Amino acid sequence: MVQAQRVGDRPVATEANNREDTGEQGAVLSVRDLRQVYNVGKASEFEAIHDISFSVQKGEFVCIVGPSGAGKTTLLRCLSGLLRPTAGEVLFEGRRLDKVPDRLSVVFQDYSRSLFPWLTVAGNIAVPLKVAGLKDAERKARINEVLRAVGLGDVGRQYPWQLSGGMQQRVAIARSLAHQPDLLLMDEPFASVDAQTRFDLEDLILRVRVEYDVTVVLVTHDIDEALYLSDRIVVLSSSPSRLRTVLDIPLERPRNQLTTRSSEQFGKLRTELLKLVTE
Amino acid sequence: MTTEKVFAKDKRQRSSPSRLAFVRFAKSAWRAWFFLALIVVWWFVSLNSTSTFFPPLSKIMSTFYDLWIVGNAPSTVLSSLIHFAIGYTISGVGGIVIGVLLWRLPRTSTAVSPLLYFIYVLPAVAILPAVAAIMGYGSEMKVTIIVLAAIWPTLLNTLDGMRSIDPVRMDTAKVLHMSGFRTVRSVVFPNALPQIMAGLRNSLQVAIIMMVVSELIASTSGIGFFILDAQQRFAITEMWTGVIVLGLIGSVLTLIFVAIERVVLRWYIQSRAVEKNS
Repeated sequence: MVQAQRVGDRPVATEANNREDTGEQGAVLSVRDLRQVYNVGKASEFEAIHDISFSVQKGEFVCIVGPSGAGKTTLLRCLSGLLRPTAGEVLFEGRRLDKVPDRLSVVFQDYSRSLFPWLTVAGNIAVPLKVAGLKDAERKARINEVLRAVGLGDVGRQYPWQLSGGMQQRVAIARSLAHQPDLLLMDEPFASVDAQTRFDLEDLILRVRVEYDVTVVLVTHDIDEALYLSDRIVVLSSSPSRLRTVLDIPLERPRNQLTTRSSEQFGKLRTELLKLVTE
Repeated sequence: MTTEKVFAKDKRQRSSPSRLAFVRFAKSAWRAWFFLALIVVWWFVSLNSTSTFFPPLSKIMSTFYDLWIVGNAPSTVLSSLIHFAIGYTISGVGGIVIGVLLWRLPRTSTAVSPLLYFIYVLPAVAILPAVAAIMGYGSEMKVTIIVLAAIWPTLLNTLDGMRSIDPVRMDTAKVLHMSGFRTVRSVVFPNALPQIMAGLRNSLQVAIIMMVVSELIASTSGIGFFILDAQQRFAITEMWTGVIVLGLIGSVLTLIFVAIERVVLRWYIQSRAVEKNS
């Protein structure tokens, strides 16, 4: 694989960091000794993240949870290439991040800030496709396809602010899927919608990640949500963020809001996770 | 909340066009009544006026008809409007371009901003004699004085609007892999557009004022000259017709601007209305 060869360019680093992570060669995302310090050298120096290492395999759904103020958003900004870490490194498909890579996409919490209000729904989704240089007809087809994938019908001509909150976040998800990324990073994507919509959107993301064969890393403060969605959960400690543990979630798929959440195993995992987060 | 919004929209769409037209008419009528009432009061109160300074409105109107409808007074306004058009265009385009450049080059911006603010706080009227001494009393001087005064609202609003971009929106541009130029053109600029339009509207008012002011010294044409000249000839009625024409010009220009703004900022005006209703 091409990705593996890219990792091979940096043999020393790979050897040195190949500790707990098994099968790092196939990882979509690997984080090594990531540290983020703000205002270095000033009186207000503040360490947000302290030496975090973990990796995400292709096709996995990984949630990052931690107490509020644990630097989850900072971590996600580092993972996406929006923020350069103070120390350590983030490898995406074997390559060190220096900007947001082409095959990576991000969904932000606040759709009202991430969607462009001066563009229609179709116009918003067209942005990454125009950047990628797709022709008109191809673009139209792709826009219709992703809108259908997120369960939105004929809303392309409407403006985002004419839609409900849940629908707007669906548009944001559609836009992030439009250029068919390998990795989708989501920062508390369902925190601004009501409970019922939240369930719908959770099921939606579980469905589209299979349909689009995309690896998902999702930051949340809601441990029930993390349990319901994840294959593995990265648990962070409070500030400065350290890696507390990585928890495997062996709940069977496909998952169901009612049966999965009411199962005995879910309850046990929930107790375990709650202990880890609140301790 | 959501259902209500949809419902409200449906209701609006369902009401018949004739009813809609009536509502619109009633709104305009309410907007106009006070103004119209004042004119009627003015008409009757001034009917038997013998004051030199406040001639009867009926007399003003008949002079207005003689001079501006059948007479050749409108030709004097043409030069004013040409100066205004050139000066306002330079102010608008220049203000936006310089604003964008200063935003892109923050270090240059820091270095030149004391100078810019110094010129900005100087009343343009105060440098009118200097400009006239340097450039003479021709069109160049008039256009220059309009630009020197009218460029600031647009320039400063553009700069401020570009600076106030939401960091999440910039992150979004990066995440969508937009190039620097595309980010400015498709994200930062539209984001700043409401504020830029507010600046352009202020510039419009200032440009109209300076159009008149520039004609008050050593001028031989233009609406400003017409008013001043009539006053100096003690042709007070003529003077009032000039004032009325100026008011009409200002109103028409503002109406045109508002109409353009409604098209350009349609998304902004409507999204604000949705926010208010929800």
